[in-house]
Amino acid sequence: MIEIRMHGRGGQGAVKASIVLAEAAFQGGKYIQAFPRFGVERRGAPVEAFTRIDDKPVQIRSQIYYPDGVIVLDPTLIEVVDVTKGLKKDGWILINSDKKPETYDFGENYKVYTVDATKIAVENHLGSRAAPIVNTAIVGAFAKITGLVEMDDVEKGIDSAIPRMKEENKKAARQAYNSIT
Amino acid sequence: MKKTMMGNYAASWGAQLSRVQVIAAYPITPQTLIVEKLSEIVANGELDAEFIKVESEHSAMSACIGASATGARAYTATSAQGLALMHEMLHWAALARLPIVLTNVNRAMAPGWSIWADQNDSLSQRDTGLMHIFASSSQDILDSTILGYKVSEQVLLPTLISFDAFFLSHTVEVVDMPLIEDVDKFLPPYNPEYKLDVNDPRSFGALTSEEHYYEFRYKMQKAMEDAIGLIKKEGREYEKLTSRYYDLIHPYRCEDADLILVTSGTIAETTNVAVDELREEGKKVGNLRIRVIRPYPKQDILKAIKNCSKIAVIDRNISCGYHGIFAQELKSALYNETDIPVWGYLAGIGGRDVKIENIKEISDETLKSKEPEDMIMKGVKV
Repeated sequence: MIEIRMHGRGGQGAVKASIVLAEAAFQGGKYIQAFPRFGVERRGAPVEAFTRIDDKPVQIRSQIYYPDGVIVLDPTLIEVVDVTKGLKKDGWILINSDKKPETYDFGENYKVYTVDATKIAVENHLGSRAAPIVNTAIVGAFAKITGLVEMDDVEKGIDSAIPRMKEENKKAARQAYNSIT
Repeated sequence: MKKTMMGNYAASWGAQLSRVQVIAAYPITPQTLIVEKLSEIVANGELDAEFIKVESEHSAMSACIGASATGARAYTATSAQGLALMHEMLHWAALARLPIVLTNVNRAMAPGWSIWADQNDSLSQRDTGLMHIFASSSQDILDSTILGYKVSEQVLLPTLISFDAFFLSHTVEVVDMPLIEDVDKFLPPYNPEYKLDVNDPRSFGALTSEEHYYEFRYKMQKAMEDAIGLIKKEGREYEKLTSRYYDLIHPYRCEDADLILVTSGTIAETTNVAVDELREEGKKVGNLRIRVIRPYPKQDILKAIKNCSKIAVIDRNISCGYHGIFAQELKSALYNETDIPVWGYLAGIGGRDVKIENIKEISDETLKSKEPEDMIMKGVKV
């Protein structure tokens, strides 16, 4: 089983990201669970969401404490939240950032990736310049770095989980996918 | 067909597949997304039903009672304080012998205001005469709605389906939707022998002296006893359609277990995973999930626990001044029947997360312990 934790700010679409990611895995024939950290979400405040992916139905019903990977939708969160808390050894961290992965030092145990999801979201008119919605772009990047889901399945996941601007969201996801080298 | 959905929506689609004819619901807090989705389903024309917005949960159940008395299939959903406000009418629905199905998202009672998982809301309705299911997955929520009507309409008692807030209500997972044609075959339209009908006037709920009231209770009790067999029988029929079987209890690795953990709701699912890990550590532990608490499956439980030497009950609820409610019920079932000692644990109260490691700790503690204890409040910060 793969367990993933997302860190975002209320309004950025972290919860939706956990669902799109799960949908993509489901389209690829996996069993999934996607859920927010159970609480009351406030705009701008740090939020967390989780996705589990497995070959068989997921029975664990607790939150995720020891993720295999972490997705950070807002790099400023790194200053205020311990994003690597409980992250398994050899785990990965995917950050929405315009900086190079080497900029971030989380020690030797973790592999860091970056994608400029904000730029991609703005280019595709997802959200506003001040509050871009980066969730679909980040899932595209996730597909590339982990290989856990196919890009085609990410598009199918967007089709089923995102109600509006499907084409723009799919384009953003594919652009993010292709931007990872 | 497999789909992904939140637990709340599994309840909505369960009602849609059951072709409910009347939905009466209070649309504001503490309501959940269940009826919001149902109102969409009705508005889209995907379900031919009357959706009645009412001014309280008390009125929601009252409207369901009226609808059900006319022979309509009636549904409502609520949670916590909302279910408490329905309380009076739950007694009415049961004594009037109306097969209403209602869904309750198990949330802690206020104050302090809470939207997190806790079973005290629905267990407070234990003695109203409702059949009571604790679902442990979204699939279970959907299937139990269909099965609930099937059994309710035969024994003429309402069914309450409860499931944990957030751990199910807001978790997206995979649900296999049965085909409506299959559900139609399994669950024919409701057509009671007696109903409110202007062309065939009758009295309902008339004054009942001591001459007859006792016999009402006798008949309810018999209906509950019949329901035990029917839940199994209809479970087998449903299995033919869906390959999924639902019973009153779901034992997991109990046959050869030294210690059996007794659980319900989502804690039961996590416990299955904990049991697998404990087995790998060479500890012979099993999990007995109680899915239906009314009617109480006493004989099934006695059979499932007969080979073990210790039992530990994990309760996400408390009857303050006594113990966890599942523990009380289990001890009452075992008395005069066996001398297997029972440990009572509380965990997950007010939505506190119950992790695999918490369950393993409970298991290890019980395996080591020599003296049973009525109630151990795990993780309480004092």
